[in-house]
Amino acid sequence: MVGLEHYLGLAGALFVIGIFGLFLNRKNVIILLMSIELMLLSVNINLVAFSSYLGDLVGQVFTLFVLTVAAAEAAIGLAILVSFFRNRGTIAVEDVNVMKG
Amino acid sequence: MTTDLQTIFPELILAVYAMLALVGAVYTGKDNLTGPITWLTAAIMAALALWIGTGNATMGEAFGGMFIADPFARFAKVAILIAAAAVLLAGQEAVARRGLGRFEYPLLIALATVGMMMMVSAGDLMALYMGLELQSLALYVVAAMNRESVKSTEAGMKYFVLGALSSGLLLYGASLVYGYAGTTLFSGIIGAASDGEIGLGLLVGLVFVSAGLAFKVSAVPFHMWTPDVYEGAPTPVTAFFATAPKLAAMGLFARVLFDAFGGAVGDWQQIIALMSVLSMFLGAIAAIGQTNIKRLMAYSSIAHMGFALMGLAAGTAIGVEAMLVYMAIYLTMNVGTFAFIMSMERDGKPVVEIASLNQFAKAEPLKALAMLVLLFSLAGVPPMVGFFGKLYVLRAAVDGGLTWLAVGGVIASVIGAFYYLRIVYFMYFGETEGQAQAPMSPAAWVALMGSAAIMVLGVINLFGIDTAAAAAAQALVN
Repeated sequence: MVGLEHYLGLAGALFVIGIFGLFLNRKNVIILLMSIELMLLSVNINLVAFSSYLGDLVGQVFTLFVLTVAAAEAAIGLAILVSFFRNRGTIAVEDVNVMKG
Repeated sequence: MTTDLQTIFPELILAVYAMLALVGAVYTGKDNLTGPITWLTAAIMAALALWIGTGNATMGEAFGGMFIADPFARFAKVAILIAAAAVLLAGQEAVARRGLGRFEYPLLIALATVGMMMMVSAGDLMALYMGLELQSLALYVVAAMNRESVKSTEAGMKYFVLGALSSGLLLYGASLVYGYAGTTLFSGIIGAASDGEIGLGLLVGLVFVSAGLAFKVSAVPFHMWTPDVYEGAPTPVTAFFATAPKLAAMGLFARVLFDAFGGAVGDWQQIIALMSVLSMFLGAIAAIGQTNIKRLMAYSSIAHMGFALMGLAAGTAIGVEAMLVYMAIYLTMNVGTFAFIMSMERDGKPVVEIASLNQFAKAEPLKALAMLVLLFSLAGVPPMVGFFGKLYVLRAAVDGGLTWLAVGGVIASVIGAFYYLRIVYFMYFGETEGQAQAPMSPAAWVALMGSAAIMVLGVINLFGIDTAAAAAAQALVN
């Protein structure tokens, strides 16, 4: 029987993979966007699992909001990426380094 | 339903205005309309601030407690609206001079302001998230507004990636809080989270939410984006970043900690106190070596956020009052300081090197004097108002039993005074001539002189903001 804890475990694992993707990835900014998406989607699994476990619809409503915002966020991220590429000619993470820090 | 709509009327007006103006400008004059739109946006913000501030706007809860319009929200909204309008007007000419005068800019700022008003009124995790994202998404775009500049787009990219990471952390925490409290309403969470018996799930959720919010207020250890974004973004945009969003994030932080986790003060007090002391020291020490005044202001804002967090860490109504007074003073100081930084240029090109200010006082004694007052106030030198802001939070920390934190704050502010005074030293006693000029539009001049005058005249009674802040704090902490 698949219970709540399995879903929470899956969501936690995906979330951690997303965070590690952000920090360990040295190659490509697109992969950063994918990692961010992974984090947000793992939260959605969490919310839906809790919603079903609690018998409360609010979690699913929250999920819809998160999905919508994630779409807007991806659009803005890609737009910034395009204008960065036009200036810099590369989207390698190592080249996002004009300013130190 | 109609009373609900009445309660969110100020936000509705601003949001509907922004969308209509966006569509209207696309079909008519486009960038030729930037000037009028900027003035109109600022006028609407000022009118809303007046309307909310005089208490004519409907107060109370709306949408089943998801949206709360109480004295706390009122205080924060008035400050946010005034700061946003002031920065828009002061920066208008600087934006136009750099060829960034697109009509989307004031409207994105207006949308970000709607998000900030939502944030300080949030009574539910969903309202919190939507307000935060509306603000953040608009700010990512304005950070990268100078599309031709590598620095600006890089700043936008860094801000976006780290901002999205922080939203992710916050959201993961929110999902855990929802799961373990069984509700997303703050009024429901406070029943599930009380001292001593807060469950592990809720505690982990609280830590994640705090981490996400700490990113937004740029508190150490989540501050890494601040210097780069401040340096890379166009200066008028940096001026905006350093003012209204900081207060909104601080207000949201206070909302979550007191409205949702007010029963578990002992559980979050240590986290906030630690972030506060780290921010104060890192901000004070890392700013010393900076040669770029925008980077310096970034570290300065990290240090100031440390002081504001000290008020929150006290966990009392006096602490929240101190935080609000501190943030209001911080906003005023930064509007003036950035009005000056925006106008700095040499041979018609904007400069940001501190060294270029050498002997500036000889060329422009009045502006140099105003900057001297503002920098003294930022450093917390008596008798400027900035000193009283610090006094408020230190007193709150001592009252809340955090004497070690107050002592740390005093030491950090002494260290921090060094770099503010160094700028003053350059302006008055610099050895070589820096040749910086500061031609200002009338609006920027008024912002600089006005905020300097407030820093001096405010010592009489702080213009009564302390009583308003006390009422706001009472409404939040009960």
